[in-house]
Amino acid sequence: MQDSPHVALLVTCLVDLMRPEIGFAAVKLLEQAGCRVSVPEAQTCCGQPAYNSGDRADAQAIARQVIAAFEPFDYVVVPSGSCAGMVHAHYPALFADDPAWRPRAEAVAAKTHELVSFLTDQRGVTSVPAHLDAVATYHDSCSGLRELKIREQPRQLLKTVTGLTLKELEGSEACCGFGGTFCVKYGPISDRIVADKTADIAATGADLLLAGDLGCLMNMAGKLTRQGHKIDCRHVAEVLADMTDGPPIGRGQVEPL
Amino acid sequence: MNAPTAPFVGISDPAQGPRSPSAVGHGVSDQFKHNADLALGDAKLQVALAEMRSSFKGRNEAARKGLPEFQALSDHAKAIKQHVLANLDYYLERFEAKVKAAGGQVHWCNDAAEARDKVLAICRSAGARTVTKGKTMVGEEIAINHHLEANGILPVETDLGEYIIQLRGETPSHIIAPAIHVSKEGVADTFRAHHTDLDPARPLSEITAMLAEARGKLRARFLAADVGITGANFLIAETGSSVIVTNEGNGDLTQTLPKIHIVLAGIEKVVPTLEDATAIFRVLARSATGQEMSVYTTVSTGPRRAHDLDGPGEYHVILLDNGRSGVLGTEFEDMLRCIRCGACMDHCPVYHAIGGHAYGSVYPGPIGAVLTPALFGLAHSKDLPNASTLCGRCESVCPMQIPLPKMLRQWRERSFERHLAPARERWGIKAWAWLARHPQIYRGAMALAARLLRRPATGRIRHLPLGGAWTAGRDFPAASGRTFQEQWRRRARP
Ligand code: SF4
Repeated sequence: MQDSPHVALLVTCLVDLMRPEIGFAAVKLLEQAGCRVSVPEAQTCCGQPAYNSGDRADAQAIARQVIAAFEPFDYVVVPSGSCAGMVHAHYPALFADDPAWRPRAEAVAAKTHELVSFLTDQRGVTSVPAHLDAVATYHDSCSGLRELKIREQPRQLLKTVTGLTLKELEGSEACCGFGGTFCVKYGPISDRIVADKTADIAATGADLLLAGDLGCLMNMAGKLTRQGHKIDCRHVAEVLADMTDGPPIGRGQVEPL
Repeated sequence: MNAPTAPFVGISDPAQGPRSPSAVGHGVSDQFKHNADLALGDAKLQVALAEMRSSFKGRNEAARKGLPEFQALSDHAKAIKQHVLANLDYYLERFEAKVKAAGGQVHWCNDAAEARDKVLAICRSAGARTVTKGKTMVGEEIAINHHLEANGILPVETDLGEYIIQLRGETPSHIIAPAIHVSKEGVADTFRAHHTDLDPARPLSEITAMLAEARGKLRARFLAADVGITGANFLIAETGSSVIVTNEGNGDLTQTLPKIHIVLAGIEKVVPTLEDATAIFRVLARSATGQEMSVYTTVSTGPRRAHDLDGPGEYHVILLDNGRSGVLGTEFEDMLRCIRCGACMDHCPVYHAIGGHAYGSVYPGPIGAVLTPALFGLAHSKDLPNASTLCGRCESVCPMQIPLPKMLRQWRERSFERHLAPARERWGIKAWAWLARHPQIYRGAMALAARLLRRPATGRIRHLPLGGAWTAGRDFPAASGRTFQEQWRRRARP
């Protein structure tokens, strides 16, 4: 293990805009794991909306910007399986026919990791000094699960949170229906899919839903509150970093500016 | 006749005349959103889909776990098909030569119309009045039933699921479970409405009773049929045989009793040897139904020979191209490995939500979303590749390892290039991308947006001015109020 590696946090557009708490939780976890953390200013978004909409040219333009901004660091860490998957699995494909950018894309892809798997697989973290009295269930977001094979890592760390009981979610690997722009382009279908998901979540009897992707969490939290469920939603990093003082996603008082 | 569960646009309705395959693309797939809304509002369909979700749950996984070498078999199956696709002309010619040597005939058809006419011509040559049919997706692809009906020949579906939907005037909603959208009660109602010669008070709540009733009805049909039409799971180049698997045995009666057996198959169905076919069968049944083997596997080679006790006098193979050869050598070639097991739709969240008919294509679900644009044109099916969350579950369960999400994206790129996506969507993406490429402006815009999306009291927004598609059924969790970047910079330089 490298001592005190220099990690660049790819904060993701959603975390930046909607829930900075996740970004700060990520910083805390990385520092606890002995990393120096930087947040490159030139970052915006990983380019996924353009890529998944078929706008290859713009996706490439954005990806070039990300690659340039993150090249200087030892690692790129992302508190999202979906955005980490975009860089890790899709950037090389995006530049498959570009001899100049392909090696650069591959190099950045190789050192890009999703937050929780980085902590466990790269930094050897096996437990966290966190405490939360709750019964939680965990949703495996699609990209993290299938593109990055993240399944056991968050469960391992969550088991070490004092006071937390983990209940498995039936069909935890089934999509929540978020799908980036899918949720607005095909709103009624997306809504139908998330309703199945919230039924499964409610059936666990848990009072807290955790996941590693803010997009999925906003989708599920939005459905849960609309349906009147009393189940809270948080990003797994918030719990692992012991940063659960503020209101859960989609709930309660937001701090004054 | 019973009304179909939902007035899906484009469901075959004999009164509306033949549904030509081009019409499959034209009138139907391009109304995907409308079809989906109807499906979502159809209470009976939603009950059937919920049942399907729970019955499919874990089946594929269990079947894979029960066979530790599944991955190796899947690799092998994929390699066989890759090899065939790279040498398709060779194996097809070899297949044709062997069919001829066995006394059968092969008919090459470029498109659906040619295939339909060929089938009709063969039926006419026998003076056919009734044709029995085993399940064939190519038959659906070329809408053969309508063509036969329109020309005075009665096609009778003999697969139970197909029989049910034929009575209901519907098309299949799933490639291996065509009547998955119909509830048990729906089947009983359909039988009562159509089998009017039977005692109206008969009990029909058990599946076995319905099966027995359908069998009784079909028995006479089997004996009366002049021609039997089946599909083919595989064509064997080495022997000139066609192979089908069924669970009901109806395929056997369809192809052995009548005077003529017609096999409908896409050109990609050929494999070199029977061993190759059996290798692929091992992953097919597990992926399709979770069975280790299908109940019946039937191999047909040519017409009946002098010493045979039974079998058809003529054996014809209709080899359909219909856009397939155009896919060879392109980035879409992988889709031709598909063995029509249906696993991708069984695990697709979108299919689970709306069922098969909303896709407006004979091939629904993820594989349908990549096949339909190739076979019937992207312009009229542009919603299909878009209506996916790209969750990737389809690819993870596909025994032929077809990279379905990648191909969905490839179609999206094509529609973006051809400006087929709605202008508002394209400009929305372009505007976002422009912002993303200008970090300084982006940061300012996000800081502003974070304030707009902030809602102190409840933490959630019930109506989003431009996000009605989201807030119709869900709340929108409010933003914290200041972006991470803003806060981080303050922290870094206090
Ligand atoms: S794409 Fe794969 S999973 Fe879907 S039907 Fe074809 S072989 Fe089966």
